[in-house]
Amino acid sequence: MTDQITRRVFLRRAAAGGSILTVPGLLAACGGGSSSPSAGGGDTVPHKLAKTLHFSNWPLYIDKKGNTHPTLEQFQKKYGVHVDYSEDINDNASFFSKIEPNLSRGQSTGRDLIVMTDNSRYPALLVQKGWVEKLDKTAIPNIKNLIPQQRHPSWDPNRDYSLPWQSGFTGIGWNEKLTDPVVSMGQLLGSPKLKGKVGLLTEFSDTMCLVMAYNGDDPSHITDKTFNKAIDTIQKAVHSGQIRQFYGNDYASALSNGDLTATMAWSGDIVQLHADNPHLNWQQPLTGGDIWTDNMLIPKGGNVYTASVYMNFVYDPKIAAQIEDYVNYVCPVLGAKAVLLKQDPAVAKNTLIFPTKKQLDMAHTIDPTALNNEKYQTAWQNLISA
Amino acid sequence: MGFFHRHRGATPYLLLAPGMLWLGIFFLIPLGFLVYQSLQSGNIDFGFHFTWAFGNYWSALKGYRGEFERSFIYAGLATVIALVVSYPVTYWIAFRGGRWKNLLLLFIVAPFFVTYLIRTLAWQTILADHGLVVRTLIYLHLVSSGGRILATGTAVVAGITYNFLPFMALPLYVSLEQIDPTLIEAAEDLYASKWRAFLKVTFPLSLPGVVAGTLLTFIPAAGDFINATLLGSPTTHMIGNVINSKFNDLIDYPAAAAMSFILMAIIVVMVLLYARAVGSENLTG
Repeated sequence: MTDQITRRVFLRRAAAGGSILTVPGLLAACGGGSSSPSAGGGDTVPHKLAKTLHFSNWPLYIDKKGNTHPTLEQFQKKYGVHVDYSEDINDNASFFSKIEPNLSRGQSTGRDLIVMTDNSRYPALLVQKGWVEKLDKTAIPNIKNLIPQQRHPSWDPNRDYSLPWQSGFTGIGWNEKLTDPVVSMGQLLGSPKLKGKVGLLTEFSDTMCLVMAYNGDDPSHITDKTFNKAIDTIQKAVHSGQIRQFYGNDYASALSNGDLTATMAWSGDIVQLHADNPHLNWQQPLTGGDIWTDNMLIPKGGNVYTASVYMNFVYDPKIAAQIEDYVNYVCPVLGAKAVLLKQDPAVAKNTLIFPTKKQLDMAHTIDPTALNNEKYQTAWQNLISA
Repeated sequence: MGFFHRHRGATPYLLLAPGMLWLGIFFLIPLGFLVYQSLQSGNIDFGFHFTWAFGNYWSALKGYRGEFERSFIYAGLATVIALVVSYPVTYWIAFRGGRWKNLLLLFIVAPFFVTYLIRTLAWQTILADHGLVVRTLIYLHLVSSGGRILATGTAVVAGITYNFLPFMALPLYVSLEQIDPTLIEAAEDLYASKWRAFLKVTFPLSLPGVVAGTLLTFIPAAGDFINATLLGSPTTHMIGNVINSKFNDLIDYPAAAAMSFILMAIIVVMVLLYARAVGSENLTG
């Protein structure tokens, strides 16, 4: 096993040397350098705060004021810990492959906190491989504020390794200046008016859930037949030129600059983009969208205590309310709604943040066994990259 | 009595040693690992094991023939366009540039001061559907109304051409610049027309530059995936995109290694055929 890892590492290095100019190379270079202790962190957790918390997150995913992030500034003020915040997660698969070489070698990734989605295979894989640190729950009394329905996910039943950052819906976003409302997957995948102006997501679960629901199949119980049918549906749209590209979080800029007229989109993004471009809209497709949860995890070698203190900080309902007020995703923290009702009642009544039962019923979740089905994953990657 | 004098027979080998060592460590050994990895089977969960899995090669060729072909077509088109664009420019600089030669050359190289990624991203903005370029082309009826350039094969080929143009232009310039103008005058004195003098004297003498330029452009262009990622669509992906997805998204190292090796093998064969066709002395100048 060890010598096989060495070989993989060697190839990785050879590849890195030869691809200085590639995107992953550039991004990896940005993530380098860390003041957190190196790998292998034992069972004894030092209760001392690091100077810097290295936090990797998705774009458009924390409150922002001008060029600063108030939540992170308040954290620094309270604890003296500077947060080195990078928005370097564009999709789950490519982020995982960015940190995998370090983790498989038992080295630190240079990050103390990362955020990955439960509708991908990766949070479960990280736990199962022992590549994430156990939370220091003594530093997280606010864990009591976690909403009950999020307390026992199957891949981390006691929340020993993870805490939700946000949840969200996947649906359809469109630019009303360029098109009439796009409210069904049928329109998105077939309307000639949208030809070449439609984006789908590179995330397996998001696209599969919406397309299967459109096909009338159940995404939470995937069979070869329903899977192939969904792949066929998407393939047809790709071949006809309907689909412009498969996107990670970068669909956001293409939608705001008009290269995309309509696209599969994550609920909160559109609400945020609305500030710059009031013509953007979002809706769950008539046949249903999907719901997912992004989870904070401490990759092996990250500073457990500092990251746990940070988690505790954002599970304070006041801070959670402040983040929600900006990001507009589904809030996992009890009490945030009460705070918002006082501060910003419009947001508290926004059903994208505190969804109604009907919305939750319309939101599908993916069959978790499909995430680890190599045949499905290969077929999916072939579809989006070939 | 110097060391090299006493070991006269060994001198060439000693002088070659550093280069050979470099090649060995940074090319041959990694290449060996690449082949070794390409014959493994397994997955990220249970690890990869060497099993002489030649099937990786067959499934790569069978499953991704279209992407291989597209890579070579795009790279070939980009190489030809880059040659056609840069030959007149460098010709003019070499023979008519006078004291402005260096400045003019700088203009060709100047875009290289900006990183590859940013230059390609800039094309996203330049070619955007609602941008000036596309609107002008629609106005001139060169693009159908509601048509686009971004996210098409045209944009990918244009991006590759643009990004690799200096690799074509600089070697061309070097060989054109070295041509003794008196040879062309002599041809004209012997009643050759300007065109004939170009075909019989200038062009043959510039061949080493043409060969070097086409190789330097074609080889990296065939393996490129950034242009197809940023400027293309799912129907314009090249083999580099597939290798990237196998390596980075599926974490299927053996398949990625097999494809890289196939790509390399095809390029080597093409270079050999090319060298035969134009004469190997033109390869080395």
